[in-house]
Amino acid sequence: MLRDITLGQYYQTDSVIHRLDPRVKLVATIVFIISLFLVDNFIGYLIAAVFLACMIKISKVPFRFMVKGMKSVVFLLLIAVVFNLFLTPGEPVISFWKITVTKEGLSMAFKMAVRLVFLIIGSSLMTLTTTPNNLTDGMEKLMAPLKRLHVPVHEVAMMMSIALRFIPILLEETDKIMKAQIARGADFESGNLIKKAKSMVPLLVPLFISAFRRANDLAMAMEARCYRGGEHRTKMKPLVYHKRDGMAYGILAVYAVMSVYFGRFFRI
Amino acid sequence: MGIIEAKKLIFEYIRRDEEGNVEGITRAVDEVDLDIKQGDFVAVLGHNGSGKSTLAKHLNAILYPTEGTVWVDGKDTADEKYLWEIRQSAGMVFQNPDNQIIGQVVEEDVGFGPENMGVPTKEIWERVEESLKAVGMYQYRKHSPNKLSGGQKQRVSIAGVIAMHPKCIILDEPTAMLDPNGRKEVIRAVRALNHAEGITVILITHYMEEIIYADKAIVMDKGHIAMQGSPREIFSKVEKLKELRLDVPQVTLLAYELKKSGIALPDGILTNEELIKALQA
Repeated sequence: MLRDITLGQYYQTDSVIHRLDPRVKLVATIVFIISLFLVDNFIGYLIAAVFLACMIKISKVPFRFMVKGMKSVVFLLLIAVVFNLFLTPGEPVISFWKITVTKEGLSMAFKMAVRLVFLIIGSSLMTLTTTPNNLTDGMEKLMAPLKRLHVPVHEVAMMMSIALRFIPILLEETDKIMKAQIARGADFESGNLIKKAKSMVPLLVPLFISAFRRANDLAMAMEARCYRGGEHRTKMKPLVYHKRDGMAYGILAVYAVMSVYFGRFFRI
Repeated sequence: MGIIEAKKLIFEYIRRDEEGNVEGITRAVDEVDLDIKQGDFVAVLGHNGSGKSTLAKHLNAILYPTEGTVWVDGKDTADEKYLWEIRQSAGMVFQNPDNQIIGQVVEEDVGFGPENMGVPTKEIWERVEESLKAVGMYQYRKHSPNKLSGGQKQRVSIAGVIAMHPKCIILDEPTAMLDPNGRKEVIRAVRALNHAEGITVILITHYMEEIIYADKAIVMDKGHIAMQGSPREIFSKVEKLKELRLDVPQVTLLAYELKKSGIALPDGILTNEELIKALQA
């Protein structure tokens, strides 16, 4: 069961978005997020919504998968909305007891909610259509210029992909250790949240020891296979831009210009 | 000169206490001489702590000799400038398959070695295909290694080493964590490589059944080479092997006991068929 866990919730299907270069998708996500925070009128949000809806349609990923990603941030969303709603000063609309809701507050809360929802859907669209492997490759390539500033780009990308590979293995290991401790009378089930968290502590020590041992073995295996950092290294699957990637950049540019023009400077 | 040669190889593990003072010295490998020819299949045996894994790590320049010299393909392993050439010509497969697979897809893992060596992209793909076919894992090339069995994972690790086009493969207890079926799979793949491609194989193991096919067997004990010779020669000395706390294959043991009770049998019987033939004769 634990073997099947994949991080980054990739949704396997064949679409243009899936086939796009990961760099395009990364850049597009960043541009989209920035545009959400630049825009501050209704038309801007409408453009963003249409753009996002089109992308979801093209990606062939069922919409419910994007909503799934939202469950985990509902709480954050609520806090943001509530704070904006009640704590923004301005012209009061409703007022009861000590609480006043202002017109500015309403509009701020609405904007905040729309921004966060779009942000989460937009970024989960990227992770749903890109394998984690592709994503790390894309990041490595995009951040390559930072190498000149002595940022260890290759090393970070390598660490990320190794971490991804070892997540299922370590989960399985956790499961094993847990079962071994349950067999000797450990209790992970009962008690409140704090007690449950405390009972996890004895799990961590053996897990860490085994993780370090694995890291040691892996480092040796990598060296035995001539690994010596990013230099002199060739790629089995190099990232190459295709025609569709250029077109995607074009569409993205059109969206960015439109969204900033209509969403920020255009006044009705 | 053979592909691998060692002269008076000594390796000492130095244990230190918290202040860095020497607490004790353990001599893991003690004056070992080796001479292995290109294309040989050599098995190294020994119980735990006999120094066989330490010896293996010298053949790939992961450890350097405390005293003495090791040459791989004529190059001194202690010489820094040959390091990567040595690691390319002597590939190494380790015990735990999970801790040596780097890629998240089988084919990517096999490509890892050639990528590190700077092989051009097109050639990497050719090498990956040919090495996966050599170990019979080509149909799994798109799978995630996490979903393979132990024997399959270990065959992927072997493919990963072959893709670097080594002259010699050192397998450090590759079957210790596998079930009997997985063990057979791996040994079959290793033998096929040795026969078909002429790659020198050094198989470190404590399973006696696995050394039957070797050209030469080396038995280690307390860092020394205790016995060496063909598997038949080794297995004919049942008493000596027992002294070294090693098991002999069941057939060999049976033949030995039969002989002791007065049935005329040759020494060092290795397979069931041989025993049947000898008994019928």
